[in-house]
Amino acid sequence: MDVKKKIRPAVRRINCKYITAAVRDLFIEANTDLGADVIFALQDSLTKEESPVGKQVLEKIIENADIAFRNKLPVCQDTGLAVVFIELGQDAHIIGGDLRLSVEEGVREAYADGFLRKSVCDPLSRKNTGDNTPAIIHVEVVPGNRLKIIAMPKGGGSENMSTACMLTPSAGIEGIKQVVLERVLQAGANPCPPIIVGVGIGGSLEQACILAKKALLRPTGEENRKDERLAQMEKELLNNINKSGIGPAGLGGRITALAVNLEMMPCHIASLPVAVNIQCHVARHKETII
Amino acid sequence: MKTPRQIKTPLTDEVITSLNAGDMVLLSGQIYTARDVAHRRLYEALDKGDALPIDLKTAVIFYAAPTPTPPGRIIGSVGPTTSYRMDAFTPRLIESGLRGMIGKGDRSQEVKAAIKKYKAVYFGAIGGIAALTSQCIRKVELVAYEELGPEAIRKITIVDMPLIVVNDVRGNDIYYTARNRWRVKC
Ligand code: SF4
Repeated sequence: MDVKKKIRPAVRRINCKYITAAVRDLFIEANTDLGADVIFALQDSLTKEESPVGKQVLEKIIENADIAFRNKLPVCQDTGLAVVFIELGQDAHIIGGDLRLSVEEGVREAYADGFLRKSVCDPLSRKNTGDNTPAIIHVEVVPGNRLKIIAMPKGGGSENMSTACMLTPSAGIEGIKQVVLERVLQAGANPCPPIIVGVGIGGSLEQACILAKKALLRPTGEENRKDERLAQMEKELLNNINKSGIGPAGLGGRITALAVNLEMMPCHIASLPVAVNIQCHVARHKETII
Repeated sequence: MKTPRQIKTPLTDEVITSLNAGDMVLLSGQIYTARDVAHRRLYEALDKGDALPIDLKTAVIFYAAPTPTPPGRIIGSVGPTTSYRMDAFTPRLIESGLRGMIGKGDRSQEVKAAIKKYKAVYFGAIGGIAALTSQCIRKVELVAYEELGPEAIRKITIVDMPLIVVNDVRGNDIYYTARNRWRVKC
């Protein structure tokens, strides 16, 4: 028996047009249908919020998600920069075009057909590119012959409150916690609290940022299951952030964050990179596998 | 909680001075949408002494850029963007007649001082509830900088838009006081 054949999946051909169609549908869906995990976290936070104004804000956020879904309207007017994570099976063969171009085309179609706001511009002239491209595309090659696409429209208000820094190893756990807490306290009402805080620890400068963004893809309310130390830090940080008083919409209250998600990987012996990616309550991401 | 007070544009001195940070209001009337690039342009026009495309006297500006209007609707989704990015331009606009601003997040000391000095008001709207907020809009008219797409200046007619007074003429700030009130002191 040929063992190799058995464990190695056959090469599968994936036509680009399916990638474009999937990306299009995912961005429209992500913008109009807030995930059940986020709604559940918001409903749960409503039972914990003590401030009457804070409660009212949370109720409106939940009501808005419902109106958006029923009317197929964007949950938020900032329909985001199109961030796309792709896990490409090494035995998938893309045919009929270029992977990146087909993703860009999907974004273009989503933002046109879905009546989504085009929010991308030239950094210097500030001229709008007109179709919400280019997208931010992260491609990772993985085992298998499938293609996973995660679409994440990312709002500018919360992204602006994010940061990355290179701590010294001596700063340790306390240093990391301080960076996260300070960032959230400074951000105040700006990133549309209640927020979700994605933290990337380790790697290099850019890897810490990618880890922080990926941390935002975790279902809201789920702790880090790979490392007990991180799960502990997440709890502590969430608790401390929610002591800040910032509250829903920054109008005061107990619920400033719905979750703190930490992701980590080893780093250089000289470094301790930390990235904090802030996500507003309109935490949108949808995925599919082709 | 008190029931929100209904107020209308144009905002008179009397109304503005009667507003206190933390007051819930329902705003009706005509307001403009303008954000980053439109602010820079208005500011530069003032500098050059050029005519402005909108009358700033007694104006209220909503820091917002809506999503495109789907068929059969008046507007897409619309809600506040973060206000601090307009801070560099705002005191000058207030000095030139701007009376009200709608956005989210803290303002600079300079903006707060101009609010006090020239009797203006900064309202906070809840961010991220744009499908709900769009229901307050009855009419939309493109008035300037069409080439900016979503960032163009639009005149919109609103009815009972729920807002909270963030910065009043007495220098109060609800973000600051509410945060202190709810902070767990340890
Ligand atoms: S931070 Fe999020 S909720 Fe707030 S305006 Fe931006 S995308 Fe919308």
